Amino acid sequence: MAKLPYRGLMIAIFIAFVLFLYTPIFTIIILSFQGPDGGLTFPMRGVSLHWFAELFGPQSIGDVWGAFYRSLSLGGLVMVFTVVLSLMAGLAYRRGFLGSTALLYVAIASLIMPSVVVSLGIGAGFELAGVQRHWSTSGLGAHLTWTLPFGLLIIFAVFNRFDPAFEEAARDQGATGWQTIRYVVLPIIAPSLIGIALFGFTLSYDELARSSQAIGAVNTLPIELQAMQTNATTPIIYALGTLTTGLSFLVIGITVGAAMLIRRQQQRQGSDAGKGV
Amino acid sequence: MVMTATDLPSTEAAAAKPRRSPVGNAYAYLQALPMALIFGVFFLIPIALVVVVSFFDYQSFDILIPDFVTFNYTDVFSSEVTYRTYLQTLTFCLIVWAITLVLGFTIAHFLAFYITSLPLQIVCFLICTIPFWTSNVIRMVSWIPFLGRNGLVNQGLMGAGITDEPIEWLLYSEFAVILGYVHLYTLFMIVPIFNSMIRIDKSLIEAAKDQGATSWQILKNVVIPLSKPGIAIGSVFVLAIVMGDFITVTVLGGGQIASVAKTIQTELSYLQFPPAAANAVVLLGVSILMIFALLRIVDIRKEL
Repeated sequence: MAKLPYRGLMIAIFIAFVLFLYTPIFTIIILSFQGPDGGLTFPMRGVSLHWFAELFGPQSIGDVWGAFYRSLSLGGLVMVFTVVLSLMAGLAYRRGFLGSTALLYVAIASLIMPSVVVSLGIGAGFELAGVQRHWSTSGLGAHLTWTLPFGLLIIFAVFNRFDPAFEEAARDQGATGWQTIRYVVLPIIAPSLIGIALFGFTLSYDELARSSQAIGAVNTLPIELQAMQTNATTPIIYALGTLTTGLSFLVIGITVGAAMLIRRQQQRQGSDAGKGV
Repeated sequence: MVMTATDLPSTEAAAAKPRRSPVGNAYAYLQALPMALIFGVFFLIPIALVVVVSFFDYQSFDILIPDFVTFNYTDVFSSEVTYRTYLQTLTFCLIVWAITLVLGFTIAHFLAFYITSLPLQIVCFLICTIPFWTSNVIRMVSWIPFLGRNGLVNQGLMGAGITDEPIEWLLYSEFAVILGYVHLYTLFMIVPIFNSMIRIDKSLIEAAKDQGATSWQILKNVVIPLSKPGIAIGSVFVLAIVMGDFITVTVLGGGQIASVAKTIQTELSYLQFPPAAANAVVLLGVSILMIFALLRIVDIRKEL
């Protein structure tokens, strides 16, 4: 293809956009290492771990560690539910079933529904039923309305590119339906399932809008963070932001790494589908 | 000649769905059931309840009194604040939509056509998407050291002698809210538009070039029409998010700025479920109208 016009300008725009995306977050990472007398903005008054220590010390900033624990647990739960239910639904769509189009439209509606409406509905439902709202019940459900549509759309894309010849070959060799899924389909789509897990965990871990009315009496970390930032006067909120962003980066790194490793292994060995039998 | 994406053959999708029957078998229903149940219990029923509750009565100690009253709605429509709030929210929608569309299209165009090496394309795409998986609240908070009274922007401007005193409208303002939206949600434009663009058959562009089309004509008559589905999906995302947002306006608007969802959230904090529900139903109606208008342009199902 011939050279495209304004190449330099386009590269400059892209770099500017990446800087726009990342500079703020790296700024608060730097500022979280403020000295004990430092404030919310530059200049740095010394470099220290003071504000991280403050996070671990006896604090006056609410139940950060409880919230952190709840967010991790909920993220894990949401991740498992999202991967398993999306995979099952993906398999169902390959067979075809009555109402498949309706389910897809419900999923898309759930994705673009204003979160505050979903949250309000779940809150009202539990209130009317006289059931206590809790992060592991109403909270879990609220998060799934947000993560499952992503899971379903990804699994659609995965199976659209899936060559049915692999399964036919397995069946020809006498594999049962379950064996075909376990030893042929799952190994092939494993990197994509890891991708769905990433969506499930991180979207839940950072979810705020749908949680607001559904989470119950105790907060998850994003809610705690939002409450903190309204009266934050010290860099302690940056320290917490640095930690939680670090965790997100770690999860993304592990996921992308794992997916690439599996893919590379598959390329080296051909597909390892069938090896486990 | 102008082609639309629907004219393109979707052979891969047709080939990839083996033994699809209209009724299917029992396994398919069992496999789809859990997801359908979750959406039923935590999405469809709650949305129906929002409509029901919007006709309920309420008192300060009894937050839900089953009834059929319409004053929750008449309150919404008779209040001048409602119209001002909707105007504010729709203004945000329009501005943010325009900015994210132009920016998102440009970035997607760059990723899809200017980068020819696949590994580099993947890396650049990942760079654009990674922030999506990190905390939105922290990404909003991270503008404070830039835009605050003593923030980097004001320090820079005063240091350069451009202004004598700090500019107040940088943070906790409409400007900050719009900046926050663009920062958080341009990605929702980039991904679907990029997805449409990489499916464009490169030979179409070559053909246009051979016929003497300028690069501007190629953009206008080939790339933009074929990117329309992605543009529509991205627009639905951005509009839906901005319509329903109360967090960005709270964090970056600093209490001064209204949004429809924030009104609902405030009512809920006083446990006024029925008026909040009436507001939510109106918000839903407006959102659905906007989305339907957009979806007339595109059949989402063909895009997967």
